[in-house]
Amino acid sequence: MSLFREAARQILRKPATVKYPFEPGIVPPGLRGRPVWDMEKCILCVLCQNACPTAAIKMIPKGPDAGIEYHLDRCIFCAECADACPRKAITITTNFELADTSRSTMVQHYKKPQQAQTQAAKT
Amino acid sequence: MSYGSTIKVPFGPQHPALKEPEYFLFEVDGDIVVKVTPRIGYVHRGVEKAFEQETYLHNLYLAERICGICSHAHTTCYTQTVEGLIPLEVPPRAVYIRLIMAELERLHSHSLWVGIAAHEAGFDTLFMYLWRDREMIMDLMEEISGNRVTHAINTIGGVRRDITSEQANKIKKFMDKFEANVKEYMKVLETEQTFLKRTKGVGILKPRDAISLCAVGPTLRASGIKSDVRADDPYLAYGEIPFNVITHDGCDVYARTIVRCEEMIESANIIRYALDHLPEGKIKVPPPRTIAPNESVGRVEAPRGELIHYARSNGTAKPERYKVRAPTLGNLASVCQTLIGAHVADIPMILAGIDPCFSCMDRVVIINKDA
Repeated sequence: MSLFREAARQILRKPATVKYPFEPGIVPPGLRGRPVWDMEKCILCVLCQNACPTAAIKMIPKGPDAGIEYHLDRCIFCAECADACPRKAITITTNFELADTSRSTMVQHYKKPQQAQTQAAKT
Repeated sequence: MSYGSTIKVPFGPQHPALKEPEYFLFEVDGDIVVKVTPRIGYVHRGVEKAFEQETYLHNLYLAERICGICSHAHTTCYTQTVEGLIPLEVPPRAVYIRLIMAELERLHSHSLWVGIAAHEAGFDTLFMYLWRDREMIMDLMEEISGNRVTHAINTIGGVRRDITSEQANKIKKFMDKFEANVKEYMKVLETEQTFLKRTKGVGILKPRDAISLCAVGPTLRASGIKSDVRADDPYLAYGEIPFNVITHDGCDVYARTIVRCEEMIESANIIRYALDHLPEGKIKVPPPRTIAPNESVGRVEAPRGELIHYARSNGTAKPERYKVRAPTLGNLASVCQTLIGAHVADIPMILAGIDPCFSCMDRVVIINKDA
């Protein structure tokens, strides 16, 4: 009997489901999505690489490619890198729509700006 | 009526009634099961060996991925075991936040199971309503921790995120609503013939068998035995929170459903109490990187039953040995006993009755060299 009541109540309410992907998905503010590096702040200290449980982060210390190599396909979105960062250079965005058909787009290079690099070398 | 000879019926590893790969060989006499031979190991992932390769902090995320439904129970057990190795005192606020998440997880796991039980019994209306409510719990957990399934809120030495007062109010408000809903669903379950005919008197597990076959969790409590790690060996803050251990004398699948429903109401009470008595203070203490040689065992009441983790450290940053005993392994012997004498049509219902999670359980692979 009470299921009838519940069904009647549900008719008056809006549907419990969201028509994702035709409508935007519900994203709570603290969602752990894709991490993004701010290379102005990054000091290439390796702490994020060490903190990463799945080896999704690789730090390239020197050369023209000096910076962070981030493997999206290995990332488990645990946000340990952001917790480990001493300069708060890593922000965890709420972006969760990260699927792709190509493997090459899954590797992201964050390059250290050249000017900042020479400054870091001086200090 | 006996047919004199038995027929062997293989069941699984790929079978529509099973959500995960596992093999059972049934010997049936007519429609009655006379013998059950389980074969485990189809989803062996080498988790224990993988534990030995990584550091304690990295292993936390491996522990979380042992089970998709009780991921928080596994990390709670893991952190408890590792904190026992160090040893490390966790701040009281972190303990309460862990407890609140654990109970939220119990709510979502139990409502998932009752929904599945209703679905197996052919009562899909209730399945839909329960899963609608479960979705709201998942949203709450997502808001608190940042992810729906792999919450990653536990860390060695505390928790990573705090519960704000707005979130606490939201949880409390939702608990009232959820409790009212569960009570209503219980009324439906108690009266609905579709469900009662499929569950009452089906899958009898006598209390004596339940003890001798080491059943755990709601399966054991549905056989009338008062056993719950939360009450028997209080971990987290369960020693400070008043709650009842739910038991039922039915010993059948119906009793297991009612036990889980009543546990949901009990969990809602625990969450409300814990939110009202949430201590102030910090949520995390820094753990050391390496751990001196030691041994430790953690016991946690996961939604499916008693979960045991064992760790041995050797002075490095990685454990020397790690052992996980998931609750389904404890229940497997009892479910095989329960299946004897059952009708073939009741097999999915009885198997679902223990809330099996086979991939959590598979720690061994049996290799027959002679075959």
